Amino acid sequence: MAAITMKNIVKKYGDGFPAVNDVSIDVADGEFVILVGPSGCGKSTLLRMIVGLEDITSGDMVIGDKRVNDLAPRERNLAMVFQNYALYPHLSVYENIAFPLRLAGASNDEVDKKVREASKTLELDEHLERKPANLSGGQRQRVAMGRAIVREADAFLFDEPLSNLDAKLRGQMRTEISRLQKKLGITTVYVTHDQTEAMTLGDRVAVLKRGVLQQLASPRELYDNPGNLFVAGFIGSPPMNFLPAEVDGTTVKLPFGSVQIPADKAEKVAGKGLLIAGIRPENFEDASVIEAKDEASTFTAKVEVVEWLGNETYAYIPFEAPPEVEEQLRQLERDLDGESLRTQLVVALDGTSRIKEGEEAQIWIDSRKMHLFDPATGENLTVDKANAGRILGNAMAEAAEQPAAAG
Amino acid sequence: MTSTVATPATKGGRQAPETSDRAKAESRLAAKLVAPALVVMLVVTAFPILRALWLSFYNYSLTAPEDKEFVGLSNYLTALTDGLFWRDIGMTVIYMVVTVGVELVIGFIFAMVMHRVIFARGVIRTSILIPYGIITVVSGFAWQFAFTYQNGFVNGWLPFIDDQFNWFGDTVPAVIAIMVSEIWKTTPFMSLLLLAGLAQVSDDMIEAAKVDGATWWQRLWKVIIPNMRAAIMVAVLFRALDAYRIFDNIFVMTNGAVNTESISFLTYRQTIEQFQLGMGSALAVLLFLSVLLVAFIIVKLFRVDLAQARGEG
Amino acid sequence: MKKTGLVVGVAAVLVWCLLPVAWIVSLSFKSQDAVSNGTDPGFLPLDSFTGWDNYQAVWDDEQFRRAILNSLGISLIATLLSVIIATLAAYAIARLEFRGKKFVLTVALAIAMFPVVSLVSPLFDLWRTIGLYDTWPGLIIPYMSFTLPLAIWTLSAFFREIPWEMEQAAQVDGATSWQAFRKVIVPLAAPGVFTAAILTFFFAWNDFVFGITLTSTENARPIPAALSFFVGPDPFQRPAGLLAAAAVIATIPIVVIVLLFQRKIVAGLTSGAVKG
Repeated sequence: MAAITMKNIVKKYGDGFPAVNDVSIDVADGEFVILVGPSGCGKSTLLRMIVGLEDITSGDMVIGDKRVNDLAPRERNLAMVFQNYALYPHLSVYENIAFPLRLAGASNDEVDKKVREASKTLELDEHLERKPANLSGGQRQRVAMGRAIVREADAFLFDEPLSNLDAKLRGQMRTEISRLQKKLGITTVYVTHDQTEAMTLGDRVAVLKRGVLQQLASPRELYDNPGNLFVAGFIGSPPMNFLPAEVDGTTVKLPFGSVQIPADKAEKVAGKGLLIAGIRPENFEDASVIEAKDEASTFTAKVEVVEWLGNETYAYIPFEAPPEVEEQLRQLERDLDGESLRTQLVVALDGTSRIKEGEEAQIWIDSRKMHLFDPATGENLTVDKANAGRILGNAMAEAAEQPAAAG
Repeated sequence: MTSTVATPATKGGRQAPETSDRAKAESRLAAKLVAPALVVMLVVTAFPILRALWLSFYNYSLTAPEDKEFVGLSNYLTALTDGLFWRDIGMTVIYMVVTVGVELVIGFIFAMVMHRVIFARGVIRTSILIPYGIITVVSGFAWQFAFTYQNGFVNGWLPFIDDQFNWFGDTVPAVIAIMVSEIWKTTPFMSLLLLAGLAQVSDDMIEAAKVDGATWWQRLWKVIIPNMRAAIMVAVLFRALDAYRIFDNIFVMTNGAVNTESISFLTYRQTIEQFQLGMGSALAVLLFLSVLLVAFIIVKLFRVDLAQARGEG
Repeated sequence: MKKTGLVVGVAAVLVWCLLPVAWIVSLSFKSQDAVSNGTDPGFLPLDSFTGWDNYQAVWDDEQFRRAILNSLGISLIATLLSVIIATLAAYAIARLEFRGKKFVLTVALAIAMFPVVSLVSPLFDLWRTIGLYDTWPGLIIPYMSFTLPLAIWTLSAFFREIPWEMEQAAQVDGATSWQAFRKVIVPLAAPGVFTAAILTFFFAWNDFVFGITLTSTENARPIPAALSFFVGPDPFQRPAGLLAAAAVIATIPIVVIVLLFQRKIVAGLTSGAVKG
């Protein structure tokens, strides 16, 4: 067991472009940390630098109290589960799990004891003599974990381990990984692009964009207090809505009408002019299904599409955004690997809502949960700094300087 | 390639700004692993071809080694002003163009058959590998015996051909016989490469074309062939350069008689049969240059991209 | 309709591939007299059938037996050495980043296209000078250099298909580079190595140019050269029946290999040359 400390880690490739830029993350002993971000954000590169498969251009990688920058992978005593599991097809399940022990020169008795132990934990007993090619996806996944367990490694590293499984199995294996990690109490770094995995598994989550750490915080902090537009848009499904907003005192003017915000928030954004308001879909409600409502925070809009899911209803409301905001939102959409089709509001309403497509509806906004972002820097002006983990203050500004490098 | 020293050819190419220890160690390991292969390949090619270049400036005959003297470009002048040289070059080009052209057509048909066939796959593949694996000399003998009028079966089987017709008595029929042997032996190689290309044309695309109303012929020319262009080009390049070096069949079937000689055969004859090492070396250099030229023309003409065809950079 | 077309196609392929082989086998059973005098010009031996006489005569010929031995020995040794060297080089090319990779690939490609005959005169001269002329190593060395490109290309294609992660996983599991190579890569690449060996053997077995130019006696002369110099009792008439019997014997190893490993050979030939 050991803590992992990354200090100002930089990775530059041949063309000089930094794939990972000045990232510092400290993973406490026994902690489960997630590296998350859209493709090309450098999360896998960072993981591969921890394990030693990728050279570190500058910065310090410390495992336990040892600087490991110049150590070969085998000298770092880490265990890793690869995206495609990397099982050895010519070896049986038993020998796959035993492989690291055999390399370490363990005796047959010891190998057998540890392999049996691992296979029991992972319920692989009946498959030990089979070859990986004959296993299902979930079984392969467990063999890969078995190979990690027997090592008694200082930390576990996972590189998108669930991305090749179907949705149902992914859910099961997610729980399995979580249970295993808690049982073994081992330091774990886990890479994923799936925010559900990030939110459910991690003690803390590090959100990366184009090689730069955006925010490092607990899942709840990330969700409630995103540090900037990117984190706000990345965490949550369906994603947070972004609307052009103008603040005057405690009144916020949105495309559909005006709403009131609490005074402490209003204070933080006083005199900032045009802003971007961020509101999560569930912070809207059909005004007709709630009783005690604040009339000052409702507006009327024409609903274009309605999706009824049983327990809740999604309603889509298109709006026009001014060019300065539109450009920022388009850039955000590109950063998030999405395609900007049109600016529209997605609201999650109660399942009992009777709103119909093409009709005018009265919608209520829980404006206490509204965030206000600076359109130029993307910074969240209303963030509760005490409950937001670590935010990289000028991350957006830095990224904006080199938009051409966007992959 | 004419350099015997293994100087890396990638000067000023993509290079890491800071070379780490690991990258250096990797380079060193790679150098150790590659060195034996490089040395063996260059020892037998680079050194001899340089020596050939050197010898080609001398009048040097093994029958009179003491008379070795420097003659400058005289060997080249003699060769290039001799009609024999140009006739053999022309002959070689004819061998190359005709055999590769015929092989392409037959090989493509074979590839189609192998691609479609469900039954007897193993039998077909086994049979097609026999000509591929058989010794060229054996193929030459088999076809020579088949074409001879004394005891061959070809005259008897072909209509409009007199039973006493002597295939090896005149240039054109002799060349045809040589080409038949060459084509028989090398079509399997061509068809296997084309088969691999065919396998890469997705069935979805062909079905889409069917739905779009393309006839069989249109599907072939507008969908299948354009999509296996890379495979066709690689097959043509490999086979053309191989055909340009034609030697074995000529040696066995006519021994160069009745003007069937290729440029390889001429070079061989000068060196080994007439012991004219100086002249032979000059011809060897010219042969080498002409192969480079042919390769260059094919690559440029058909825009073959080998790296792309192999899916690597 | 389509089905008949396919059947005709299959028949055509089979006839094309096997007819000349059948012909040479048939010839090997015809008596020498009948062949010389053209008394039995049909495809099959009818009244000229002599049983195993020709085979017996060929086998009794000391020179031919030596040639078989030479060919087997030289081809096998060249194959073994070539495949070992090519495996190392192909691994480096497929897996490691190093300067000069393009150079190695270019050399390999250039040699694959090299006009063998243009080396004949300098090699002939050189081998005589250093005493390799008419010896086994005198043929093994050029066979190696000319089979290396094919072997390297085939093998690097195989190596490239082994997932990268496999080797990295081994390293993370605690293997040194050498252990990762030996315990993970080599077992996975074994089928590819074997295929490369078959293709290399075919090349060496088939070679003619080096065989006739770098040897002068039965000391090292391989089968193709021996066949072309094979002269029966009558120097003005090629002994077709004997030659055919010798040719059939020389073809037997090829047929056996093809029968056993056709799947691997097809995979090797196509993967080396064309890849998605």
